[in-house]
Amino acid sequence: MREKVLYALGIAAILLMAYNLRAIAALPLDPPLGPAAIIMPPVAKLVFFYYAAGGVAIAAGIASAIAGLRFLRTRDFRYDALAVASTEVGLVFLAIHIVTGCLGTRTVYGPSWAWEPRLTTALACGLLYATYLMLRSAVEEPAQRARFAAVWSVFIFLNLPMLAVAINWWRANNRRTLFWRGGSDYIAAWLPSILGTMLAMILLGVLLTAVRMRQEETRRELDTLRRMTHAL
Amino acid sequence: MTAVAVDGVWKFYGDYPALRDIHLEAAPGTCLALIGRNGAGKTTLLRIVAGFSRPGRGRVRIFGGAPRDTETRRKLGFIGHGISVYDDLSALENLTLYGRLYGLPDPRRAAREWLERTGLARVANGLVREFSRGMRQRLAVARAFLHEPQVLLLDEPFTALDDRAIAVLQRLLREALASGRTVVMSTHQLREALELATHVALLTRGQVAFHGPSTPEMAADPGYVYARYGEG
Amino acid sequence: MRFFHQVWVVAAKDLRAELRTKEAINSSLAFALVILLMFSFAFDPLADTTREMSGGLLWIVFAFAGTLVLNRSFARELPNDCLDGLIAAPISGAALFLGKACANFLLVLGVQLVSLPVFGVFYSVPWTRQFPELLVVLGLGTWGMTVVGTVSSALTVNIRLRELMLPMLTYPILFPALLGAMELTAELVNGNPIAPDKLGFLKLMIGFDVIYTAVSLALVETILVS
Repeated sequence: MREKVLYALGIAAILLMAYNLRAIAALPLDPPLGPAAIIMPPVAKLVFFYYAAGGVAIAAGIASAIAGLRFLRTRDFRYDALAVASTEVGLVFLAIHIVTGCLGTRTVYGPSWAWEPRLTTALACGLLYATYLMLRSAVEEPAQRARFAAVWSVFIFLNLPMLAVAINWWRANNRRTLFWRGGSDYIAAWLPSILGTMLAMILLGVLLTAVRMRQEETRRELDTLRRMTHAL
Repeated sequence: MTAVAVDGVWKFYGDYPALRDIHLEAAPGTCLALIGRNGAGKTTLLRIVAGFSRPGRGRVRIFGGAPRDTETRRKLGFIGHGISVYDDLSALENLTLYGRLYGLPDPRRAAREWLERTGLARVANGLVREFSRGMRQRLAVARAFLHEPQVLLLDEPFTALDDRAIAVLQRLLREALASGRTVVMSTHQLREALELATHVALLTRGQVAFHGPSTPEMAADPGYVYARYGEG
Repeated sequence: MRFFHQVWVVAAKDLRAELRTKEAINSSLAFALVILLMFSFAFDPLADTTREMSGGLLWIVFAFAGTLVLNRSFARELPNDCLDGLIAAPISGAALFLGKACANFLLVLGVQLVSLPVFGVFYSVPWTRQFPELLVVLGLGTWGMTVVGTVSSALTVNIRLRELMLPMLTYPILFPALLGAMELTAELVNGNPIAPDKLGFLKLMIGFDVIYTAVSLALVETILVS
């Protein structure tokens, strides 16, 4: 049953993504992205993936923190599996976010990395997710690992808004934003594609999380079997 | 009210059950000797009763209260594998510290009194790092008895004690039992333990294989319980 | 008030043990001075540009040196299984945590206050001009570092590679507070008062301290009891 749901999810994600890609490719480049645009197409079309990936990454962080808290309440290891899976998926989508952002930066500013606030925040967020995964790999006992990871995911989640604010205020950041000069003065015709890509990426994220959760449960079974053999 | 009641306790490491459906009781004024091979779960069980870890299922009640309750912790004295005293502090400083932590009305006086009773009065101001092994063990005993606990939980207390320390501990335990306190101790040293034990419980692979009053046969031949109820 | 008495007992114990051996503060202080010297090699200490950013450098020194003290925090409970004694005692995990955090705070602040004049001399900055404000920023930043570092110390006490894991866990979480501390200190250490548009950083640091203290007090029991 579960397999079927996963397959259906996968197919839905792929179809939606294909549809969106076609729609994005077909979008007219003329007129340009409105008066607020600072990147000229076609690189500008990366903006769909840029925002979508960033949104999924944030959602993943929230999911991880909530799963961690649920684990602490119920001690059900499935929540722990959800926490680690969503953090890993979040890290993947952060990577997509940063790469698309860097391509955009290169077009606008020259170098690939120009300390643009959103990208800098994304990088710091990626490091936070990485510390979560490092902590997990350093604790061997599963229940302890799950508890510690849950506590740490709460710490990380609380950090994200403060991080965004601090980096925004940082005097050395490149205050010009990517893709648009700020404000929501984007072309209305692009909105469906923006939402569509976001949805497709969310489905993709959910699919990857589910697969990773399955892997985590298998790992736990193996761990249990190993302990049983040692006890005998 | 029973002093110590272990009710349907399970402990899992991952999904592996280290303790399975443990039911044990100790009435006030009795001494329960917990015996079993290495890896049977004696230390795990004792630490759950002492409140260091939570059972996966079931519960422990000490005079009706949960082990982690502050009031219950005041009634518990624990000696584990380590002596739990600080090398960089003096014997008197260590005991005064614990006296303050346990909320004794006059920690210093109680500390001096227990240094007397364990034969450490002469080295009250010496740093623990300079003590011999036997002296450190006696200080650990003083620490556990300092706050006059109602229930004493001892994890293999006679291991690695020198003769003087064994004598001190046995004397103190006899006095405690005579005044109505309860003792639960896990042990390999069956002979010393069975001198004091009123009840015996045998743990085999995480389960209670035998639980009952200690008999003259057991005191005469410590291997009796293993032979009769264990796995040989 | 029993809670604060217990906090005091734990803090006094940590301070007494540390001041008797002085292992952590000595190595922390030595480390701070070494890094200060290395930074002087890396950046011309008398150039104006270096002076402007020296406040930021100072916090890197504090962060690295502070880790040596924070590492000891729960690690000092490992020999003889002393942590068991503390967990078994009828004190709340929050009291244990807060006591250790206070002791750590005082030790780290001590190291910082000794390093500060040395820094002032090396980089010839007028650090005494705005000293009260500087002390406030120092206190806020150090408390944030202490709280996060003490929690990390509790998390990593039994982990392999503890000395490596503790800084790796602590520093990223500290980014908002460190950013604020660096920006504010950079101004203050050069004798300039805090500009109005930087006041936000002060609020950020206070918010950081409050939030992380609260969440640490709430969750530390989960870390200590398995």
